[in-house]
Amino acid sequence: MELELSLGLFYLLLLGFAILMYVLLDGFDLGIGILYPWFNTDAEHDHLMRSIAHVWDGNETWLVFGGVILFGAFPAAYAAITSTFYLPIILMLIGLIFRGVAFEYRFKSDTSKRYWNMAFAAGSSLAAFCQGLMLGTLVQGVPADFINQSSFNWLSPFSLFCGLAVMAGYALLACCYLVMKSRGELQQKAARYGQRLLLMVMLSMLLVSLWTVWIEPEIRARWFGGWHALWLIPLPLLSVLAARLLFRDLGRVHRSLQAETAVHERHEERPFWLASGLFLLAFVGLLVSVFPYLLPRQLTYMQAAAPDSSLIFMLPGIFIFVPLICAYTLWGYKIFAGKVEDYQEGY
Amino acid sequence: MELDVSILSRIQFAFTVSFHIIFPSITIGLATLIAIWEGLWLKTGNPQYLQLAKFWIKPFAITFGMGVVSGIVLSYEFGTNFSKFSEIAGAVLGPLMAYEVLTAFFLEAGFLGVMLFGWQRVSAKMHFFATVTVAVGTWISAFWIIAANSWMQTPQGHQIVDGKFEVVSWFDVIFNPSMPYRFTHMLLAAFITATFVVMATHAWYLRKGQHQEFGRKGLSMMLWFALVLTPLQAWVGDLHGLNVKEHQPVKLAAMEGIWAEKESNVPLLLFAVPDMKAEGNHYEVAIPGLASLILTHDWQGELQGLKSVPPEDRPHVPMVFFSFRIMVGIGVLMIGVALIGAYLRWRGTLYQSHWFLLPVSFMAPTGVIAVLAGWYVVEIGRQPWIIYGLVRTSEIVSPLPAERVLFSLTLFVLTYSLLFGVYLYFMRKLIKKGPAPIEQLEQQRIGVKASGYALSFTKALATDTDPSSTKGAN
Repeated sequence: MELELSLGLFYLLLLGFAILMYVLLDGFDLGIGILYPWFNTDAEHDHLMRSIAHVWDGNETWLVFGGVILFGAFPAAYAAITSTFYLPIILMLIGLIFRGVAFEYRFKSDTSKRYWNMAFAAGSSLAAFCQGLMLGTLVQGVPADFINQSSFNWLSPFSLFCGLAVMAGYALLACCYLVMKSRGELQQKAARYGQRLLLMVMLSMLLVSLWTVWIEPEIRARWFGGWHALWLIPLPLLSVLAARLLFRDLGRVHRSLQAETAVHERHEERPFWLASGLFLLAFVGLLVSVFPYLLPRQLTYMQAAAPDSSLIFMLPGIFIFVPLICAYTLWGYKIFAGKVEDYQEGY
Repeated sequence: MELDVSILSRIQFAFTVSFHIIFPSITIGLATLIAIWEGLWLKTGNPQYLQLAKFWIKPFAITFGMGVVSGIVLSYEFGTNFSKFSEIAGAVLGPLMAYEVLTAFFLEAGFLGVMLFGWQRVSAKMHFFATVTVAVGTWISAFWIIAANSWMQTPQGHQIVDGKFEVVSWFDVIFNPSMPYRFTHMLLAAFITATFVVMATHAWYLRKGQHQEFGRKGLSMMLWFALVLTPLQAWVGDLHGLNVKEHQPVKLAAMEGIWAEKESNVPLLLFAVPDMKAEGNHYEVAIPGLASLILTHDWQGELQGLKSVPPEDRPHVPMVFFSFRIMVGIGVLMIGVALIGAYLRWRGTLYQSHWFLLPVSFMAPTGVIAVLAGWYVVEIGRQPWIIYGLVRTSEIVSPLPAERVLFSLTLFVLTYSLLFGVYLYFMRKLIKKGPAPIEQLEQQRIGVKASGYALSFTKALATDTDPSSTKGAN
């Protein structure tokens, strides 16, 4: 298919960028919530919360950004996707509400702390699961009259599996974040969980890839038709390579206390970047499969694009503010760089 | 009973947006107040200002958090429940909201982390900068969302192509006729709301005999603010009303309870019960000619009434009528408080007048109630149109099964009721706990917890774990 350089394509890429940023950033902080039940003491929970309390709001803003870019640049797709996924979206929002307020209330509570722990863990898990569920359903494709049916088409074995896979992926990102932000036993624990989660994530990626290629002839043709496979082979190869390195890094961090691994052989920040790389590769793979559809096999980005007057109006804003946002977000992370300290900090 | 998905979706949106607006109405003003206190502290070095900022930043944080989570819901609800609306008007409203996210949401979120948690990691001036940025972010956010809302009230700058809106002039869309008035009115409303939340709390401390110095400082400042802001708001509100008369005469007729097609020497109704079936009012208590005088500056001035349009083009009159009276009533009450406060201050008995402090300490929610009532006038008054005069609300709802919307509505009602209770509980807890003593704040400024300490501490650790050194910091 011909790739036409157009405003629509630019906005598709921007949307992709927003989604990727959201998945990476909110991914690790939702992941902290998913991992939460596997940590037991109050001190550990305090540490987990403190590691993300200053960034969760900014991270979640990427979800709103993705939503409004879809709304402004592809109104027809925004209308179709959001109303089609009515229940998963509502449930995701409810999940995000509970985990969002838990940050503020948990640190101010005495007797109700355990309820806020529950709200944080369950809310994060529910939100991540719903996102995976929608992703799975999108890849599968939806029938045209879906919105009118009271059936639950998004409840298929495949979409449920994707829901769990996304939870595992977010939890992996969180483990890598913790390896970077904590030390001692908690870091070891995160590295150990990270290794297991990595295996689960790789297995899920393999299964999802095979499943889609098997079920969807269009996706099969995209990957294996003509010379495509040759161009696309770096994606799976690089993924395996990244996973291999990540597994080794996590193993070193995990063993470092017992085996006295020399500090310079222990990478504490690299795992996070490797895991992000893995997400990037998976995301590109997804794009290859569904391009040019926003709602697979129903609505392409060209069909859904807003009139040029709207697309052009947003351009200056994007070119000025997106780099600015990236800059001060990075600054914010820098201010809180280094390990999370366990003394009461803040207001 | 047959469930109507259109009604359910509208109730859900009304409920979720009403819940949401409570929090930004408070945080817009509170962020500004905190920035003012921090600035005054930096300028004068008076620790009382730091105490005010440090105390109010906690209620601010939980209020802001509630605003964030309830706001995300709205950015998706346009699509989930009003898919046809987002499809036909997305090209106009989507970009406005994209600008809101680009210029405001990220700004607030990016600097909020530093504002709340950065006291020990950045210098005092940098912290002040972060606070100011958060405050400015809330104003910018209000600007864009009011622009979008006002375009739905007084649309211009667009053309309709194949049933969908396309923009011809973005300047006309953003600066549509009602936008400057609504924006000013709303921003003032937010400042006043926060002013009265703070004023009530400080009056409560004085009345209870706790934190006297702190209580006086806050009450005194807030009464000054109220003395300036509340009369100003009455004036801006009047201008806004004249704007409504010009661009949305039917809404104005509902606000004033005017039925006749054309009426001159219109009385100002202090009370009445509008009856939509009988097309008239019961139990009128009126001041003759005053509505004409206010709205046309002439006792004999002529105003357009509800009967000038067919019944299906009229909003729900009693709701608009009563909401408007509640808003204006609270406004008058606030002006009264500001004036009495000024008089008592002049007499020198302000802090001892318990008969005054008592009612004031119960006025914390009045600002929020007035804001809600005002928005009901705006939104219900626009009905039956979603885009005034062009698109009817009933035509643009998502064709969802009604049970599904009933389910989500139930979920929102349960969740929000629970959270609202929790919010009030923690607000009460924070207020009962009171401010940190000034001595403690001074202590935090030196030694271990001084600004920048944590940053240099972690930097020192980072150099310890440098590859060149062989020993880890663990």
